[in-house]
This record gives sequence, C-alpha cells and structure tokens, in this order.
Amino acid sequence: MAEMIKKATRESFGEALVELAKINDKVVVLDADLAAATKTGVFKKAFPERFFDLGIAECNMVGVAAGLATCGKIPFAASFAMFSAGRAFEQVRNSVGYPHLNVKIAGSHAGISVGEDGATHQCLEDIALMRTIPGMTVINPCDHYEMMGAVKAMAEVDGPCYVRLGRLAVESVNNSDDYKFELGKGVELREGNDITIVATGLLVQEACKAADSLREQGINVRVINIHTIKPIDEEIIIKAAKETGFIITAEEHNVIGGLGEAVAAVLAENCPTKMKRIAVYDRFGHSGPAVDLLKEFGLSAENLEKTVHEVLGR
Amino acid sequence: MNASEKKALEIMAAKVRIDIIEGVFNAKSGHPGGSLSSADIFTYLYCKEMNVNPEKPKCPDRDRFVLSKGHCAPGLYAILAEKGFFSKDEIKKLRHIDAMLQGHPDMKGTPGIDMSSGSLGQGISCAVGMALAGKLDNKDYRTYCLLGDGEIDEGQVWEAAMSASHMNLDNLCLIVDWNGLQIDGPIQEVAGPEPIDAKFEAFGFDVQVIDAHNFDEIDTAFAHAKEVKGKPSCIIAKSVKGKGVSYMENNVNWHGAAPNKEQYDVAMAELTAKLAELEA
Repeated sequence: MAEMIKKATRESFGEALVELAKINDKVVVLDADLAAATKTGVFKKAFPERFFDLGIAECNMVGVAAGLATCGKIPFAASFAMFSAGRAFEQVRNSVGYPHLNVKIAGSHAGISVGEDGATHQCLEDIALMRTIPGMTVINPCDHYEMMGAVKAMAEVDGPCYVRLGRLAVESVNNSDDYKFELGKGVELREGNDITIVATGLLVQEACKAADSLREQGINVRVINIHTIKPIDEEIIIKAAKETGFIITAEEHNVIGGLGEAVAAVLAENCPTKMKRIAVYDRFGHSGPAVDLLKEFGLSAENLEKTVHEVLGR
Repeated sequence: MNASEKKALEIMAAKVRIDIIEGVFNAKSGHPGGSLSSADIFTYLYCKEMNVNPEKPKCPDRDRFVLSKGHCAPGLYAILAEKGFFSKDEIKKLRHIDAMLQGHPDMKGTPGIDMSSGSLGQGISCAVGMALAGKLDNKDYRTYCLLGDGEIDEGQVWEAAMSASHMNLDNLCLIVDWNGLQIDGPIQEVAGPEPIDAKFEAFGFDVQVIDAHNFDEIDTAFAHAKEVKGKPSCIIAKSVKGKGVSYMENNVNWHGAAPNKEQYDVAMAELTAKLAELEA
C-alpha cells in the first residue's frame, strides 16, 4: 500500500503543477492574488518566469488564459471557486468554452469547508455552472493521489477543464500501489450489494467511513468515487443501480446541478432507480469551523450511515 | 505612405463598406454602424500593417487581431474575404443557418479569425494573453485589438488595460473606435467613458488620438506605435458611426439594424459611386 497522506487537495494541486511543468514546457500558471491560498505559489517559486499574477481581476485572468491558449500554451488559471467559476463564469463560457480552448480553470476553497470565511466564499454552485458549458470537463478529486493524477490528465486532454480544490486537509483513500487516475472513470472503493453510495470530493472519505462502519453491522455498502463529474462514468453507475437497487449520492455542493442531478439523469434515462441525495439543500452556508459545518449540513459519515439505515429499514 | 498606396487603401475601404452593406442586408440583421466606422482601420490593418497570410491563417509567427467589439464582424469578414481568407460568396450568407459567418466571430469555423468574441470587454483580455505568449516565446509578432467606445464601459477592459501595462506589453496595440454612439445613445449620455485618452494614459499606455478615416494619420499612428518600447499602445480613432452611407452617419438607429431593399439601394448607389470615383 502507498502511504496514507493527509493533505488538502489544493496543496497537492500546487505540487502537481510543479511536477507537470518539469515535463511540459507549455504549462503556465495564472492566479488572481490568491497564490498563497490556491497553492499556485509553490509553482511561482519553482517556475517564476511561467507564473503570472493578474491581481484581483478574475475575469481578465480567464481571458488572458484564453489568449495564451490560442498561442499553444496550456494555462492553469486558479482562484477561489466562487470567483474562477462564479464571478468569471461568462468569461469561461464565452472566451474559453465556446472556442474550446485548452484552458484549465481551478476553483479552490470550494464548498462549505472553506469554514470561517462564511457564505460569500463558500461556493456551492461551481460544479453546476461548469457542467453546463459544452465541452467542459469537470473534475473533483477527493485526495492527494487523485489530484496528482488529475492535473496530469488535464494537461493531456486538449480542451477546457475545471478542477475543484479543497481547503481542508483530507486523508487519502486511493492508497493502493496500482492506483492510476483515469479521466471519466469512476472508482469502486468498497464492494457491496446492499446499497450504493456515489460520492465526490471530500464526501468520498465520509462514504468509505460509513461503509466500513456499516460492514461491521452486516450491511455491505458499495462506494463509488466519481472524480470526473463530466463526462460522467455512466457504466459504473448503471451497474451499481442494477446490482444494488438504491443509490445515495453525496457531495459538498448545492443539491441543484451537482453530482446528484448528474447521477439522477443517467439513471432516469437508463435504469430508473430510487435515490437519496446528500448535499446542501438549496441554502447558503455560514461561518464556522469546517468540520462543524460539514456535520451541521449532514455532509458526514454519520449522516450517510443514518441515511443507509433509514433507506434499508435495518 | 505614397499617393498610390493611399489610393489603394481608399479603394479597398470602399469595397469593404460595400461588403458590409451586402452582408447585413442579406442577413436582415447585424451591425452596420460600427462596422462602417471601423472600415478604414480594418483595411489598414489587413492591407498594410499586419503580417498575415491568407494561405497560412494559423501561422504561429503571424500578427494577431482580436475584434473585441465582436458585433462589428461584418467589417472584419469583409476585409478577410477581400484578402482571400475565404470566398466572397460567404458574405451574402452572413448569419444564415449553417453559414460559415456567424453573427459574431467564431475562430473555430472561420479562417483568419484569431479569437472568438462578441461578449463585450472580453477580447482585450485575450489579446493581452496573445501578446504575453509572444513575449514568453520571444516572438516578434504583434497583437492588435479593436474596441468600441461603448465597450469600454465594461470593467474588464480596465482590468485588462492595467495588466497589459503592468506586464510591459509593448507588442500590444489597442484601437478604440471612438464613434461616440452606443445602443442607448451618445456614450457621454449613457455612461460617460470620456476622457478616453486620459484614462488609457493613466493606465500606462502610449496614447494617440487620430482621425479614423484619414489614412495618413492612421499610417503615422501605427508606425509610431511600433516604435513604443516598454508599454502598450492605444490608438483612439475618432470616427463617424455609419461612415460612408449618408443616412446612417451619426445615427444611432443604425447601430444594429439592417437596411430594407429601398435603403439598401440608396446605400449601394452611394458606396459604388464612391468606389467608381476612386477608381476613375
């Protein structure tokens, strides 16, 4: 087994950019005065001549990235998700998405796990916004290993990508030695045929914890990690629906437009299956320690375990 | 610039204006006013200033052009067609279903378009990115970007302007088509972006104000811009919206409206007479 690493995915992102830039001289990195937070600062230190701080001007940053991409560069443009996917949505849509340019947008500090900064910075809409842009790949890595693989994979695909980065340190779950990140492929992390939890981002860890606890109680929960929300792995979802009969989705995002709806769309058209969506139910977050907020909003192993009991009636 | 060069540019500009009216009339929609006010700038850029080759529209060393005021696509399409980037037959299919020429520039589908644009304020940022890439790769190409004077209401224009001078992009040349009118009326009544020259100067640009319809002034301005080192250039081109079609000139109603058959005939009569006069 590879080492279990507890680290925020934003930290892994910074490291991954440095590794990528060593082997790919087209890679450049842009930030909007948040390099210390998004961890592109690590890249700035390693490759100062390939790093550009555009200041607190995310819309311009995205446009500059688009212009660089037309000249053959592979720009990674990072800010908080609220600003890169939120504020600059239309720039991503029109300057990057419409001409299908090779720009990689990173949204850090996504979800309520931003914590104390509160609702204005807790972006719960980024996945919904980015999913609606034609041709946009949307990735939400759950741990260090997945982020390292995701950054490399994004550089290998020619076209726009969005990657979500978390602020909170999370324990790695993809610790097997033969782990390999495959864009668009879901990962079965726990076997089981009683019920399936399809999770993304930091809910993957919670789903694994819930499944491990339930296994001791005689309930076998399948856990599927969906790191690529678009294009989504329909096959693994349909198979789980057929074999386990009920799907719970889990995400740190508004219940509108995120993983739950993406999974529901796959099932509704291919294999209608009962579902329960664990997400933020169409409300804003507020200030508080990240771990406490996650508990309050039901984005926890405990709530997943409780939900499984309620669904199965045992 | 000698007299014959100037005459050739004036003849080309007259053809571009004819193509603009042809395109917008056949589309039954589009933006003739700003296309006509920019026609001489388009002509100068593609006939004299820019290093571009219709045979190799994607050549990595070419000069770049971004039409940040993307709605003036009929003017850009006209000069691209005249220069042979695509067939002039496309002009009459502008905005039609399945046509190559979209309502706003589409770099994926149209040879010679360096950046898709249309949502105002965005093209200038892309031009900054292109100029930055040129610096990174030590290439000599220059990037040109045409903005509308109404467009500069957009805050992103100033974000981009700040970044261009901060990064010392002397390979970037902006042109502001200062025709004084935007959809809702005179620019000073709508949002008051003037003084435009002082604003770009304050943002660190080398600024020139010229007559947008005088090729001698255009020629001098672009020649000067190329000599500026360490900062980007901005040429503010004072123009007449609808230039060349009498009833469209300085009339905001022709910002985004197509002429009917009768109006088309009048416009064509005026423009072809002008062309004949130049060619005589």
